Amino acid sequence: MSPILNAVSYAELLRLTLPEIAVAVAGLVLLALDLTALRRAALKLRFGVGALIGCVGCLIAAYLLLHAAVLGSLPEAMFVITPLTCIVQLALLGLAVLTLLLSTSMKFTANVGEYLALILFATVAMMFLVATQNLLLIFVALEFLSLSLYVLTGFDKQSRQSAEASLKYFLFGGMSAGFLLFGMSLLYGVSGSIELPKIAAAVSGPALDPLLLVALVMVAIGFGFKVAAAPFHLWAPDAYQGAPTVSAGFIASSSKVASFFVFGQVVMVGLAGAAGHGAYRGYAPGWVPVLCVMAALSMVVGNLAAIAQTSVRRLLAYSAIGHAGYMLLGLIAHTPMGTAALLYYVITYALATLGAFGALGSLEAEGVDKIADLAGLYRRAPGLSLCMLVFLLSLAGIPPLAGFFGKFYIFAAALQAEPHLGLLWLVLLAVAMSAVSLYYYLRVLKQIYVVDGARDAPAIQVSLVTRVTVWVLAALVVVLGCAPGLLLRWIGA
Amino acid sequence: MLAWTIYISFLGALAARLSPSRMLARVVALLTAVAGLGIGLVALRHWVPGEFLTVARVAWIPQLGISYHLAADGISLTLVLLTGIAATAGVLFSWNIEKRTQEFFALYLVLIGGVYGVFLSFDLFLLFVFYEIAIIPKYFLIAIWGSAKRGAAGEDAGSQREYAAMKLALYSFAGSALVLAGMVAAWVASGGHSMSFDALVAAHFSARLQMGLFPLVFVGFAVLAGMWPFHTWAPTGHAAAPTAASMLLAGVVMKLGAYGCLRVAMMLFPAGMDPWGFRVLGLGSWREVFALLAVIGIVYGASVALVQRDFKFVIGYSSVSHMGFVLLGLMTLTQIGLDGAVLQMFSHGVIAGLLFAVVGRMVYDRTHTRDLNELGPMQLAHAIPFAAVTFILAGMASIGLPGFSGFIAEFQVLIGTWRSFAWMIAVAGIGILVGIAFTWRALTKAFFGEATLGAVEHALPPITLPETLGALLLLASTLTVGLYPRILTDLILPTLHSPLFEGLRRGAWR
Amino acid sequence: MITLLTLFPIAGGLLVLALSKLGDLARVVAVVFAAGALAVAGLFWYGLDPRNPGMQFEEHHAWAPALGIAYHAGVDGLGVLMLVLSAVVTLMSLAASWRNEKHGPVYFALVLFLEAGLFGTFTALNFVHWFIFWELSLIPAFFLVRIWGGNGRAKAAAQFFLYTMVGSVALLLAFLALFVATGQFDFVQLAQLGRSGALTTALGQNLHWGGSPEHLAMLLFWAAFLGFAVKAAVVPFHTWLPSTYAEASSETTMLLTGAMSKMGVYGFLRVLLPIFPTQMQHAMKPLLWMAVASIVLPAFAAWAQKDLKRTFAYSSINHLGYCVLGVCVAAKFTGSDAGMAAEKAAALTGVLLQMFSHGLTAACLFWFIALLERRSGGLRGIEDFGGLRKVVPVFSGLMGIAIFASLGLPGLNGFPAEFLIFKGAFALAPWASSAAVLGLLMTAVFLLTVIQKVFSGPVNPRWSAMPDLTLTERLALAPAIALMFVLGLYPQLITGMLHTTVMQWVGGMGF
Repeated sequence: MSPILNAVSYAELLRLTLPEIAVAVAGLVLLALDLTALRRAALKLRFGVGALIGCVGCLIAAYLLLHAAVLGSLPEAMFVITPLTCIVQLALLGLAVLTLLLSTSMKFTANVGEYLALILFATVAMMFLVATQNLLLIFVALEFLSLSLYVLTGFDKQSRQSAEASLKYFLFGGMSAGFLLFGMSLLYGVSGSIELPKIAAAVSGPALDPLLLVALVMVAIGFGFKVAAAPFHLWAPDAYQGAPTVSAGFIASSSKVASFFVFGQVVMVGLAGAAGHGAYRGYAPGWVPVLCVMAALSMVVGNLAAIAQTSVRRLLAYSAIGHAGYMLLGLIAHTPMGTAALLYYVITYALATLGAFGALGSLEAEGVDKIADLAGLYRRAPGLSLCMLVFLLSLAGIPPLAGFFGKFYIFAAALQAEPHLGLLWLVLLAVAMSAVSLYYYLRVLKQIYVVDGARDAPAIQVSLVTRVTVWVLAALVVVLGCAPGLLLRWIGA
Repeated sequence: MLAWTIYISFLGALAARLSPSRMLARVVALLTAVAGLGIGLVALRHWVPGEFLTVARVAWIPQLGISYHLAADGISLTLVLLTGIAATAGVLFSWNIEKRTQEFFALYLVLIGGVYGVFLSFDLFLLFVFYEIAIIPKYFLIAIWGSAKRGAAGEDAGSQREYAAMKLALYSFAGSALVLAGMVAAWVASGGHSMSFDALVAAHFSARLQMGLFPLVFVGFAVLAGMWPFHTWAPTGHAAAPTAASMLLAGVVMKLGAYGCLRVAMMLFPAGMDPWGFRVLGLGSWREVFALLAVIGIVYGASVALVQRDFKFVIGYSSVSHMGFVLLGLMTLTQIGLDGAVLQMFSHGVIAGLLFAVVGRMVYDRTHTRDLNELGPMQLAHAIPFAAVTFILAGMASIGLPGFSGFIAEFQVLIGTWRSFAWMIAVAGIGILVGIAFTWRALTKAFFGEATLGAVEHALPPITLPETLGALLLLASTLTVGLYPRILTDLILPTLHSPLFEGLRRGAWR
Repeated sequence: MITLLTLFPIAGGLLVLALSKLGDLARVVAVVFAAGALAVAGLFWYGLDPRNPGMQFEEHHAWAPALGIAYHAGVDGLGVLMLVLSAVVTLMSLAASWRNEKHGPVYFALVLFLEAGLFGTFTALNFVHWFIFWELSLIPAFFLVRIWGGNGRAKAAAQFFLYTMVGSVALLLAFLALFVATGQFDFVQLAQLGRSGALTTALGQNLHWGGSPEHLAMLLFWAAFLGFAVKAAVVPFHTWLPSTYAEASSETTMLLTGAMSKMGVYGFLRVLLPIFPTQMQHAMKPLLWMAVASIVLPAFAAWAQKDLKRTFAYSSINHLGYCVLGVCVAAKFTGSDAGMAAEKAAALTGVLLQMFSHGLTAACLFWFIALLERRSGGLRGIEDFGGLRKVVPVFSGLMGIAIFASLGLPGLNGFPAEFLIFKGAFALAPWASSAAVLGLLMTAVFLLTVIQKVFSGPVNPRWSAMPDLTLTERLALAPAIALMFVLGLYPQLITGMLHTTVMQWVGGMGF
């Protein structure tokens, strides 16, 4: 194997990573600016300017992705930019912009620059994550992302919950990194390569190496932590509940998109030959059965546990676990349609979740935490309530919202994957669990719309930026639901 | 033009929500509903028997072959007409709603729009979208504006109606989840090129697949049609709902389920009704299983209605009983039975609407009780004679006296039953008799109770004009169809001979 | 023409409702319309061609051809007889409630609606068309009992309604099966199929029935029988009748016994006998037992009653029993036996006469009870009175005539009817007829008991001031009493018109 550095052309590297660089630079600039010029300015102004800079950086990166020729790849599969990765990166940038906008109304911290910069850096990490097919780079990017997220989770220094969440997230994340690294090293040992396509070539064959099976399970566990799939979901409820709202939204949306995409890359590209079968009567060992078990567990645990929650955010966390189960169906399908369905699902899910957390964030000042605190919200904040309705119903999968089409598409992909509708059992389970999910989403909506709150409760003031952002998210959810073709055109197989 | 029934409803919902005053919201809702009815009537007037009218067909999600395909045949039109009638009457009977009026009518019209959409969809995906759109408004209509069971008040009442609303929503959603699974499987099995009904019918699924998907989809829809033993949402839901919502629930929403059974389960998977080749407990096919469940529903619904003390529960269970006839008619798989089933959908829609209007609006809103034992001493036949007369007529229609639409519908269903399941006829007959008994019981207990000594003469508010108009509209509908059934059978029968229903025309079909 | 006749009372009823604010005017309108209806029914009588065996004044309109439903109306001798009877009884009932303050405009409207239902029932020839009126006539009757009845009216009305409904549903289901088999709802067509035996064959071919078609046909016959037997109060399906007749106001009972109970017998003649002749023959034994039981047992029961209305209610069952007996024996032998044809014709003619004469007599009797009740303040026990002959001689005399007519005294209308029935029945079913004679005897016993306890004996001082019939009442009653004599002395007035109809039935029974 030749030394890596020799093979890399720096000009090429620069060309391909230009969007990431733009985001990173924006992060550094806003950090510097916030620490110097804006140090004594008002909190609102600092957030405003910082978010503006961040947004500009993201928009530049998006422009580059769309218009500059960034397609191509580096040797060793270190960097593989395809139209599909571009789309995912665009989606990540879009989510980052919306997250930045949502964070402008936060009041809990004075370290504005650091907070916003971390969001941008995490975005950079995710952009790298989706653009590489090299195990080493995947791991590095993943750790970069994780570290940013740990800090974002624990950012509220006054809150014990935030610290606890951060620590839990960190400990679980560290452990998962260990599993992942172990699995990756085994993969390397089995195949002699860290490039996903080459690994695929090495491991494909009629009989599976037992060592490969171990590797495969380890990788699945590692990513299982990342995407919060049961039974590796234990960090999620605490992290979602304890973290500052916007951080939680960010973790639930952007990082989910990136993690699922890279998970898909690893299993679908790297382990293409070791898929196996998960059909009811056609079982064959491989990663598909493993993921089938994870998917089934996630759907059941996530949706059933969500029923018992009293805190809105914990409820959203458990629902996220359930959704991770649905999304795994896209991976299990491992067909082009499955990938498209997964991307559609995860992107629209991210929009709805971010929206829900954004809306919750603007209620935080009113001390809203429990579901019961939402009583009578429709009087106090009619617009926000309507948006919340859209987000939650989309998560429940009610047409014509985006979540419904996502579910339909991903179920269809899963059924099409195996001959004779082999995965019908899993789809039926998914369908049943999605029926369960309506119950707890309706519980929240009931408090908002049905239960009358205190008569004299004042109207809730929401800043213009937040309001617009939430409305944009809601509109996106509706539009993508009514016209899924808009998104499918880009990600469709 | 039929597509405008859908658009008008959604636009009307928006307009009602944004109305500055309550009265304006009411007027908007009424105009919207009347417009929908008007469109249906115009379509009826220009209808050529056997016509198949493609309303719109444009690619929607071309990647998956899903199109925005609206079309109408005779069966669709029948149910569109029913929706128009029920919607108009519903607005008239909810004229007195003062709480969050604008939102009420907005949700109401969204529900109506979804229902129109289901009846006009000719793409399975689109049908499902509209089907689910109808679920959420139902939940809020009941949870916010509903009424509680007898004796409950305050906090208790609130939790009761929320329970009913949630139960209804979950049952509907669970049923539609089954449908979703079946729909996805059908789409995959057909090659994933199109979801239009004509394409799916032409796909000729394998017999084994049909055998598996038919019960899945049929049960999924039948939940909403109140098939025993999945009916339990219906009485609680109907009883807790505000009057207009009960009218719509029983009148139209249950028809969504029955319509789905016919249009999706039976039309797409006809081979699913073939014999299994073996017998379990004397039953040899899904068709016999569901027919049995239907007759059980007929008798069970009527028997339970016979012992209720809550007036609304009586009517709620009666809906279960009457919808049993629809399902039974479908399962007879004869031309006349299917005709009767569709006619019964219409008929029950109108009659149940009328019954709920009397119970919920005319009686409950005035007396604030639904307890039959408390209503008796009030001498309602003297206090509000119009309500009594309306209920008598509605009750007559409900028990299937000739001259009303219920007779001609049940009559055909029973003919079909004679032809297909002769041994079930006696059970169905018992169901009819118990139906007569509970209607009579409710009538005499509620309106002709004995005055107790010292009972104060209750001064009740007089019947208002909107109520009169609504009652007359519904009565006129049931009488028109009862006395001149051809107005609808000429729509339905030729439709059953269209190529779409090819798969059903076998066996006892004549 | 027939349609007009049917719509006439409906229009009258609506007019009465519309005029309900004007009080007494409504009564006048009601009586005018009832009289008008009688006049039109009389025109039918006059216009009927007595030599034409088929249906006359036919009207046929397609209704729902796919379902075999048509608007088919027509009358033969039987139909006209029933029309006239209904019109007469309705007019009598309205006249009887002329002075009853409790009966408001709604009452009169319901009576007129009931009359329309009767007209429709007696003229419709398509099952569905007929069933509409059969059922709809029940509704006004139900409310007449339910609203204007006595203390036990709620229970009585319920019993009346539900019993009848059980029968109706059975009837409906049976006819649906016939439709499935033959595609026909038309009584005339079905009768042809029934006579030729094609009905049973069709049942076997077109129904997925486990057993033999003969069994199914028998089952259907019994189902249809149930429908009519409840209406005609054949023992043991009679239990609704005494309480209903007793609880209903006497004016209502006039309608129930005078006209509505005839619907059942009409069904026997129009439906069971022509469509199910074979089945009827096979079921002869149980049918005869029921007929005999209907004649004998109520006669004993009537004897034991303490309430005048209940007494006459049981007496009604007893009289209807003769009709059932007459119909049943007519189905006994095949029609090829010429000697028997005359007996059958006699029996059937007797049945028709009996229907009319009992309608008239029973209506009269309850009218008298209504008058008595009004004078006694509602008391009507047999033991409550005594010696009325001395106090109210005209009343007692006229009522005595009615009772004797009911008893079957020669010279009055009951005699030729019962005589003809027994004339036919003795030849056709000797043992049953012999047993039925016991009923005849008991009828005499209990009726005489009534006369003795109410009219004779010592004067009950309580009623010594009871006023006799007023002039108006006498004038109103006179035509009815006169008719009793006329029919008793000159039964050909009716039988002449009925001859061809009866002979057609008898001739049609060949199989």
